[in-house]
Amino acid sequence: MLDEATGPLLEVRHVSQRYKGGQDDDAPAVLDDLSTTLSGGEIVGLLGRSGCGKSTLLRIVSGLIHPSSGEVVYRGAPIKGPADGIAMVFQSFALFPWLSVLENVELGLKALRVPADEARRRSLAAIDLIGLDGYESAYPKELSGGMRQRVGFARAVVTHPNILLMDEPFSALDVLTAETLRSDLIDLWCEGRLPIKTILMVTHNIEEAVLMCDRILVLSSHPGRIASEIRVTLPHPRNRLDPEFRQLVDNIYALMTRRPTSKQPGKEGAFPGTGIGMVLPRVSTNSLAGLVEEVAAPPYNGKADLPHLADSLQLEIDELFPIAETLQLLRFAELEEGDIKLTSAGRRFADAEVDARKKLFGDHLLACVPLAARIKRVLDERPSHHAPASRFREELEDYMSEDYAEKTLRAAINWGRYGELYAYDEDAQAFSLENPA
Amino acid sequence: MASKFVAFTSLGRRALPNQWDVIALSLIFGIFVLIVHASRGMVLPLPPPDTAPISLDYSYLPYYALRTTMRMFLALAASLLFTLTYATIAAKSRRAEVVLIPMLDVLQSVPILGFLSFTVTFFLGLFPGSVLGAECAAIFAIFTSQAWNMAFSFYQSLRTVPSDLAEVSEGFRLSPWQKFWQLETPFAVPALIYNMMMSMSGGWFFVVAAEAITVGDTTIKLPGIGSYLAVAIDQRRLDAVLAAVLTVLIVILLYDQLIFRPIVTWADKFRVELSASQSTSSSWVLGLLQRTVWVRRAFSPIEAAFEWFTSLRIDLPRIGGGKGESPTASRVIDVVWVVAIALLAFYAAWQTISFVSSSLSWHDLLETMGLTLITMLRVIVLLALASLVWVPIAVWIGLRPAVAERVQPAAQFLAAFPANVLFPIAVIGILAFHLDPDIWLSALIIFGTQWYIVFNVIAGASAFPNDLREVSANFRITGWAWWRNVILPGIFPYYVTGALTASGGSWNAAIVAEYVKWGNDKVAAHGIGAYIAKATEAGDFPRIVLGVAVMSVFVILYNRLLWRPLFGYAERRLRIG
Repeated sequence: MLDEATGPLLEVRHVSQRYKGGQDDDAPAVLDDLSTTLSGGEIVGLLGRSGCGKSTLLRIVSGLIHPSSGEVVYRGAPIKGPADGIAMVFQSFALFPWLSVLENVELGLKALRVPADEARRRSLAAIDLIGLDGYESAYPKELSGGMRQRVGFARAVVTHPNILLMDEPFSALDVLTAETLRSDLIDLWCEGRLPIKTILMVTHNIEEAVLMCDRILVLSSHPGRIASEIRVTLPHPRNRLDPEFRQLVDNIYALMTRRPTSKQPGKEGAFPGTGIGMVLPRVSTNSLAGLVEEVAAPPYNGKADLPHLADSLQLEIDELFPIAETLQLLRFAELEEGDIKLTSAGRRFADAEVDARKKLFGDHLLACVPLAARIKRVLDERPSHHAPASRFREELEDYMSEDYAEKTLRAAINWGRYGELYAYDEDAQAFSLENPA
Repeated sequence: MASKFVAFTSLGRRALPNQWDVIALSLIFGIFVLIVHASRGMVLPLPPPDTAPISLDYSYLPYYALRTTMRMFLALAASLLFTLTYATIAAKSRRAEVVLIPMLDVLQSVPILGFLSFTVTFFLGLFPGSVLGAECAAIFAIFTSQAWNMAFSFYQSLRTVPSDLAEVSEGFRLSPWQKFWQLETPFAVPALIYNMMMSMSGGWFFVVAAEAITVGDTTIKLPGIGSYLAVAIDQRRLDAVLAAVLTVLIVILLYDQLIFRPIVTWADKFRVELSASQSTSSSWVLGLLQRTVWVRRAFSPIEAAFEWFTSLRIDLPRIGGGKGESPTASRVIDVVWVVAIALLAFYAAWQTISFVSSSLSWHDLLETMGLTLITMLRVIVLLALASLVWVPIAVWIGLRPAVAERVQPAAQFLAAFPANVLFPIAVIGILAFHLDPDIWLSALIIFGTQWYIVFNVIAGASAFPNDLREVSANFRITGWAWWRNVILPGIFPYYVTGALTASGGSWNAAIVAEYVKWGNDKVAAHGIGAYIAKATEAGDFPRIVLGVAVMSVFVILYNRLLWRPLFGYAERRLRIG
């Protein structure tokens, strides 16, 4: 299928990426000194949690953004901008709503000044290949999600790229549609009908990665590094119920829930940053309580296997992990080797009534979340028992980007409200100790 | 939904004008003074010999209507050109943005007739002895009533292009030129079209003033509806006024059906919402065009030419803040840029002040400020009165879909109708009954603009979620509690949009409404509008500059301090869905 003798198709060399605006070296890194290579004939998966920088890495490879340091070498030359022969499929499909299916597919060729009749011929061939025959004159808004993503594929394939980049291409689709698209794509790939040498796909779905990829790069979060590299040698088509398949999935779960081996003092749990600068996820207290109850009840009785839990609760890891890790941060649960285990406090929480739960939650919040403790202390110390949110927001922005600061503050507001530690007035944008009588 | 006369670039919590607003203000008035200076140097233009007198014969009306409409579309084309360049530069260059956007903000606050006074002599001087100068001045005046909101809308669209589509364009290596035509402009089309329609109705308001131009002792009347109306007023011909009103009505209906409806329906396909939308607009003209084979065939070469033009690989020069700059170099350029702009603004401010102070004193400044306060009071009181009357009625209509369906087009039409053509009729009333102009002329300010409140509130009440209505019925929330807790918060974002537009329009209308003529009778109210109108008539440029500047500053402050916080609050807290 291709000439593998000429060496790697693409090489990522010591790529690091920092938050925009952070010019000094101690700005938090999104990607940290990451190196890997892509050679022809393989599907490589970038697997990681949200915020681990996998989409950023994909955009660096595509030339859409420039890394803070390091370089990406494609066919012997460093990438300076979007390169010929690298095409991307987007999670949101990214179709132009004012162009028909055919025009959307032709767009890339037109930009390359391919003669009109050749562009037409190649586009029709790509549309045919991807299974969109008959939809040429439809507009994207007339199509279902699955058909829209097929247009996305056709648009990428029509340029005959060497490397096809896919950014969570199936995550905006429903389960059935996603499965059809995955197997169609794998079939085309296995039959050698795609004019593509290599696929690099980003996903947060462990099973999807095991189902499709020849090689999986598991990224750790904050900063993004390659935590491990897993080769999948199972022949296509792969069977999700195959014990070997299950074993691989379990192993990756264990890998992804392993505690960070960082020795920094004060570093707790899985969230980036330390002390007040810890980035908090926006997790609803209902989800937290729900997961505690689920794990406490039979059949788990206080200890559950995460892949099993994810399956039965129909949660993606991006949804399940933040909940589980928040419980870990609050010392209601422990995460180990792909299992979640309730602590004694977690069990008490599960058995308690509403008011006792809130009290327990508030106590743990004060003890385990430095930001909540800081807000409470400031309010206690001020005679007015009032403090504007901007005071804490600005403090957070010393440690993290504006977006993360806002998210973190929101999390602290919601958890603090549930734990009845403090009140927050949205109109005045201020914390206070008083509750409306 | 956008507002015609006032657009906010951001709804942040910091609303106070900053140094950039001051810079923009002084730059703009510096330019005005410069224009006045320049036109003083020119030879006072002779009246063009070939201007045929305006005839009040009804049979001339179709021809006059055609001329006026031509002028408006020429101005619209100019506005479009302005929009595509000015807004694009503002959106693409960080350095240009800090100057251009505050300038746009000031420009939208300058009372539109102010522009006319500054530029008439200038344009007449450009084409001495020819009617072309007067035409240009009229078209420019209409342009100033159309361009700013279009530019704002385009700028805002450019800033909110979906990032994934931008990435696709970049991935395919579209040149900036191709990206502009393939992505940015199509994305901006729906909002731009909506603003063009608003602009057209704004233009009508000023056509009347722009076609009959007086410079010193010479009066030039360009053939058009505006001049017809002016002559009718001079000669006290009520029948001719009514005929002109009727003509305007017909013309508005015609171009709405023949031009805007098809365009709006066509523009629907540029909406970025990837669900099959409940398409609301339909147009029989567009349907006809799309089904007729020969029309499509006639259009296909134009289409091909446009496609060729837009897919050229023109590499526009990167404007400012290019990737090649090192951070230090970039910072140095920033500093130089800011200093240069500040110096220029300082010079412009000094020029303006010395121009105005050569013949005017502090007393005049105080006088204009007092008059502006009176006009502001008028705008606020009338807006409040109109709201009190119209909000309950509009809510009642909006909650009844069958009624709303009929009333809504009428309300929108009334908002588009240039109310000032009816002002002379009000003067007849005031003269006949010896009414106090300070009170009764005020009503004219709101006369044409109250409809914005009406149709926005109707839209809001129609869009009010049914489940919330059912909940309030279920819990038997009625009377004042229902108004206070249910419907008023529900329609508030719509009301603010409508009231903001009405208020912007009222400021503009004040200049026309506070000083109205009927034959030789003149009725004037106390206010900055009358002050500017009188100064314009007398050709007293220092007074015009002072009046327009003071009014602009007041309008900017009034919008920033009153409306922007309300707007932001409505968007943040009360937007449903």
